[in-house]
Amino acid sequence: MFDLKAHLKTLVEAHAPSGHEAPLRAIVAQAWDGLVARTEQDKLGSLIGIKPATRAINPPRKIMLAAHMDEIGMMVRDVVDGFIYLHRISGVDNRVMMAQPVRVHGRESLPGIVASVPPHLLPAAARKKYPTFDELIVDVGLPAADVERLVRIGDLVTVDVPMIDLNGKRVAGKAMDDRACLAAVTACLHHLQGMHHAWDVYATATVQEETGLYGAATAAHYIAPDIAIALDVCFAPQAGVDADDAKEMGGGPGIGIGPNFHPKLLDKIKAVARDYEIKLQDDVIPGASGTDAWAIQVALEGIPTALLEVPLRNMHSPVETVDLRDIERAGRLMAHFIASLDADFMAAVEWPTAPAGEGNA
Amino acid sequence: MNDTTFFKQLSETVGVSGKEEAVRDLILNEIRDHVTGLRVDALGNITAVKKGKGRGRPRLMLDAHMDEIGLMATGIEGDGLIRFTNIGGVDERILPGLRVKVGDSALPGVITWTPIHKNRDQNAVALKNLRIDIGASTRDEAGAKVKAGDRIAFDSYFAEIGANILRGKAFDNRVGCALLVDVLKGGPYAVDVLAAFTVQEEIGLRGARVAAKILQPDVALALEGTTANDLPNPVAEADDLLGVNPTCRLEAGPAITVMDRSMIAHPKLLAFVRGTADRHHIPHQIKTLLGGGTDAGAIHTSGVGVPSGVISVPCRYIHSPTAYLNREDYAATLRLVQAILTDLKWDDLKD
Repeated sequence: MFDLKAHLKTLVEAHAPSGHEAPLRAIVAQAWDGLVARTEQDKLGSLIGIKPATRAINPPRKIMLAAHMDEIGMMVRDVVDGFIYLHRISGVDNRVMMAQPVRVHGRESLPGIVASVPPHLLPAAARKKYPTFDELIVDVGLPAADVERLVRIGDLVTVDVPMIDLNGKRVAGKAMDDRACLAAVTACLHHLQGMHHAWDVYATATVQEETGLYGAATAAHYIAPDIAIALDVCFAPQAGVDADDAKEMGGGPGIGIGPNFHPKLLDKIKAVARDYEIKLQDDVIPGASGTDAWAIQVALEGIPTALLEVPLRNMHSPVETVDLRDIERAGRLMAHFIASLDADFMAAVEWPTAPAGEGNA
Repeated sequence: MNDTTFFKQLSETVGVSGKEEAVRDLILNEIRDHVTGLRVDALGNITAVKKGKGRGRPRLMLDAHMDEIGLMATGIEGDGLIRFTNIGGVDERILPGLRVKVGDSALPGVITWTPIHKNRDQNAVALKNLRIDIGASTRDEAGAKVKAGDRIAFDSYFAEIGANILRGKAFDNRVGCALLVDVLKGGPYAVDVLAAFTVQEEIGLRGARVAAKILQPDVALALEGTTANDLPNPVAEADDLLGVNPTCRLEAGPAITVMDRSMIAHPKLLAFVRGTADRHHIPHQIKTLLGGGTDAGAIHTSGVGVPSGVISVPCRYIHSPTAYLNREDYAATLRLVQAILTDLKWDDLKD
C-alpha cells in the first residue's frame, strides 16, 4: 500500500536546490523502482521513469508527466570569523529566514541557524524592516577554524525543517513546491500498476525549474512526447492573494486555463475528472504560467500541454502547506486520464488543416 | 554539563509565562532529595533551602526563572486561522514562517506568510496582522482545539553541535534553572542556599518579587542566560569599528552584570564576585550593555533591600526558537557560583 504522506516527507526533507538535484534524483529513482520499466536521464539531470504501454498501439504514443524536483536555496557568499554570509540561488524570501534552521552543505553537512538579534539589543528603528539578504548570517556553532576548513564560498545552504502534520489532512514543510506534485506523479504510477494503458508513460522529475524552467525544456526534447502534463503548485487562499488567484485547499487540483494549455487536452482531462468524480478547480492563467508547462509547450515543434496544480499556502517559505487529498486526487486523475488515451486521441488533439465544415464533410 | 539529558528536557519543555507547571514538575522531581523546606507558593514559584555548614554566614538567595517568552491565542478567524499576541519580548520580524506548538496538547501550527510572489514589502508586518494555521478550515473546527488564552511556544529541538555547543529553545532561562539544580545537587556549601525557581519573569519579574519575600535573603544572585551578540556585521562600513554592542561573548566565561535596566549590582557584592572569579582562575567577563532586566531587579528592592547581582551564561539568539550556548561557559559559571557559596562571608559585603 502506497503511503503518500511518508513518501512526501522523504521528498521534502531531502536537500536539493536548483542545479544540485542529485540527492532527489536518487530518492525518486528508488521510489519509482518497480513502478516503471526503467529510468533514464537527460544531460541536465532530469530523471525520466518510463512505463511502456500495457496494450501497445501503432504508432506508439508518449505522454510526459513533469514535476520539478529542485527547490529554492541559498549559497555561501563569505565566511567571516566562522560566520557564514549568504547569496540566494532562486526565489528565497529574506523576510522568512531569520531564526530558521538551515543546513550548510560544506565538506560535511552542518546544521546551523540564521542569526537573529535579541530584541533587548534592537534599536527601535531596526525593528521596522526585515534584514536584507546581505545582512543575514548563518551560525553553525563551530570554532572559526573548523568552519574555514569545512565551508567554502559557493557551498549550498538550504532550510532544514521537518515536514509536520497539520490537523491530519494538511502538511507543512519546505520544498512542497514542487515535491507535492512529484509525489502526485508517484501516486499516479502506483495507480497505473493496476490499470491497462495504451500510451507509454514518461514520468519526469525535472531540474532547475526555479532558475528558469531549464530542465523541463531539455527533458521534453529528450523524450519528444506527443502530449504533456506539467504539475506545479498554485496559490491557496490567504492574506494578500486575490480571490480569483486562489484555489481552495482540499478543493481538488487546479487546472490551468489559458494560452499555455491546449484546449482539447483540457477538455479530455475535465471529462475524465467528471467521469471519476474528481474535483477540479479552474485556474485562469492569461500568459506565462511560470511552470514547466511554459517550457514544454514550445519544445521541439510544439507539444500540446496541460497544467495540474496543487493549491499551496505560504509559497517559498519553510512552511509551505498543502492538503494531501489534492495530491492524491491529482495522481488518480492522471492515471485515469492516461488509461483513457487511445490510438485515436492524437487525431482529436491535432488542429485540422481545413477550416471547420470542410475536409471530411 | 557532560550529561545533557536533564538540560534537554528542561529546554524542550514548554513553560510560557503564567503556565510554568511542566517545567516546575521537572525541577521538583530533580531537587526533592537535595533540599529542605520545599514549597510551591501561590504564584507557582518553587522555594527551597539547602543548609550550609558554615556559621554566621550570609544567607544567599539564588534565583532562576522557569518561564519563557512565547505567544498567546487571542481569537479565531472565520477561516480557522488563529490570532495571537506576544508574552514577553518577541522580535516580530522572526515570526513569518515559523513553526509553533499551540496549547497544552502542543498542537502543531505554522505562522502564515503572504508569498514573495504577491508582496515584496520589506517593512515588518505587525504581530497583530500575523496568523497561525493549525490546518483547520473554519472557526468551529479551530475552536474545537484552540481557545483564547492558550499559550503558544516556538517549535524547536535540542541538539549538541561540535565539541561544546548546545542548541535549543528557552535557554533564557532554563540554563539558569539547570545551574541552580546542579548547585542544589552539589554541596553542602558554607552558606545557606535559598533557592528560588520563579515564574513570570518575562512579563515583569513577578515571581521573584514574591519569592524574595518568602525567603528573606541577606544577599541574592540571579542566574541567567543573557544576550551574546558576538557576531560580525556583514554590512559594516570599512571604517566602522563599533557596530552592534555584543554585550558578551561565547567562550569568555560567565557574564557579570554591573548594571542593567532593572538594578545596579551591589558594589561590594560585585567586587566579591569578580574577586572570587580571579582567585579561582575562572574566566569571566563584564556585560557591556546596560539594557535588559532580571529577577535581581525585583529582589534587590524586596523588604528593606537585598544586595543583589546577576551572573549569566552567555547565550546567542535568546528570545528566538533556537539559542546557542557553550558548555565551557556553563561549567565556568557553575564553578564561579559554587566558589561564591564556599567563600562568601559577611565581611565581604561590608563597607
